Amino acid sequence: MVMGGAVTTGRKIRWGLTDILVLVFALVPVLWVVSLSFKTKETLTDGNFIPQAWTFQNYADIFATTEFVRALVNSIGIAIIATVIAVVLGTMAAYAIARLDFPGKQLLVGLSLLIAMFPQVSLVTPLFNIERQLGLFDTWQGLILPYITFALPLSIYTLSAFFREIPWELEKAAKMDGATPAQAFRKVIAPLAAPGVFTTAILVFILCWNDFLFAISLTSTEASRTVPAALSFFTGSSQFEDPTGTISAAAVVITIPIIVFVLFFQRRIVAGLTSGAVKG
Amino acid sequence: MSHAVAEAPVSISRAKKAKPVLSEGKRAERKLGLLLCAPAAIVMIAVTGWPIIYSIWLSLQRYDLRFPAQQTFIGFDNYVAVLSSSYWWTAFGTTMLLTVVSVAIEFVLGMALALIMHRTLVGRGLVRTVALIPYGIVTVVAAFSWYYAWTPKTGYLANLLAPDSALLTERLPSLGIIVLAEVWKTTPFMALLLMAGLALVPEDLLKAAAMDGANAWQRFTKVMVPVMKPAILVALLFRTLDAFRIFDNIFVLTNGAQDTSSVSMQTYNNLIKGLNLGIGSTMAVLIFITVAIMAYIFIKIFGAAAPGSDQGGQR
Repeated sequence: MVMGGAVTTGRKIRWGLTDILVLVFALVPVLWVVSLSFKTKETLTDGNFIPQAWTFQNYADIFATTEFVRALVNSIGIAIIATVIAVVLGTMAAYAIARLDFPGKQLLVGLSLLIAMFPQVSLVTPLFNIERQLGLFDTWQGLILPYITFALPLSIYTLSAFFREIPWELEKAAKMDGATPAQAFRKVIAPLAAPGVFTTAILVFILCWNDFLFAISLTSTEASRTVPAALSFFTGSSQFEDPTGTISAAAVVITIPIIVFVLFFQRRIVAGLTSGAVKG
Repeated sequence: MSHAVAEAPVSISRAKKAKPVLSEGKRAERKLGLLLCAPAAIVMIAVTGWPIIYSIWLSLQRYDLRFPAQQTFIGFDNYVAVLSSSYWWTAFGTTMLLTVVSVAIEFVLGMALALIMHRTLVGRGLVRTVALIPYGIVTVVAAFSWYYAWTPKTGYLANLLAPDSALLTERLPSLGIIVLAEVWKTTPFMALLLMAGLALVPEDLLKAAAMDGANAWQRFTKVMVPVMKPAILVALLFRTLDAFRIFDNIFVLTNGAQDTSSVSMQTYNNLIKGLNLGIGSTMAVLIFITVAIMAYIFIKIFGAAAPGSDQGGQR
């Protein structure tokens, strides 16, 4: 890995310092929100990076409001449903792209690429009116549809990159050894494909979880407003209260799943993003 | 993406060996392929293709939801109205400025981060894990973090660097903070795309270059960058088009005050605050055209290395 020269302590220290720089760069803004969320009302505006007095009050406050709890349910439900559908449809298409020869394959790849680059805001105005007329405005489906659409290119690219790496000959070998097609798929192919599908699901979930533009344009009430959109309407427990603490607490809550994914599946996420990138 | 398609050895070799006349199995394969792709294609076209056509039609109407009875066909009047409005051009200029500046900074930092993640001797897993946090975090959450960091009195950065002024109420500092928020959030993504390119640089080539007396900078510009060109193109293309859509950060940080509004913000405001579907659709179409032109220029400049260009194809 290392070029020219042995691994000296000096080099290690220099790399170590560089690493610390990256850690600070990446973590400070996150820790700042965490810090704000634990500050008491009195110390909220003291500007200290580390809270002088700690409290769980902000968390208690947001979980006591339907505004936040409902938004959290919406966020989770919508993101999960959109992820499942996008990954299932993406798996089918990616399998076909990676393994089958059929007319229109390039067209589909091109279409996915177009949609990956599509300016979402161009859809907001027409979708707003179409969904209003179809009765989809301010419903879960109304958000799930655009989420699936913008998740599909990601899921098709990532999955087809993964599927190309699978040694499909094994399937044939299993059949030759007397396995039925169903067995060959279940015992040989599915275990090989599962990690790729799972990684894609994480990436798609992050994409849906992150959305703000559609969430704020295509919803109008608690019925389907997701947390990122709800955050911008937060006012604190009374209208005249400073919402800094509650917004921070809500922000921390929706950051937890991301931190969990990143901590446990770092390798997969990196593999998924990079494989889709170079080959995709 | 193009290489990807070219690199399907199993299916290609099988396809090649198949007889030129469509056999029974070949036809079944085609049918299965189309069937499997149909649902994804239908959803993508239905949710993007139809609305964009619909918005072209809407953009030719006077259509204000507050006065729905006055809806009429007015030709290109909306385009004239938008294109002669200084608000639109200010937003357009702001968006372009933010795009160019933030992508340029991200590219430099992203390349540095990619090299660190690729080469570091200590804590590689840790660095990669931590670098993923900005990528994964919800943009609105990050935006609030920066917003409070720069809020007078509340914020650690405001107290540290500018105790007596409210930077988010001035134009240039606001734009700087928006760039900072964008760069923080998206540099890791850029770095990951570039790291994928770095992985393709053969170690032997670097060693040979070092042996021939090339210094680190020469090795970087003469060996790494040429090999990484496709990855660099993909990273720049995606980030540029993505940066042009900037919305979340501006919405939270300034809400478009002091001329910091982007074209996406303008479109949103015309729709939700103005309820003017005609003007909103006109802007939607203009943004769509701009993005299409930008993508076209990118692919023209970088030529065959572009993603999606049919280089190699599947046979």
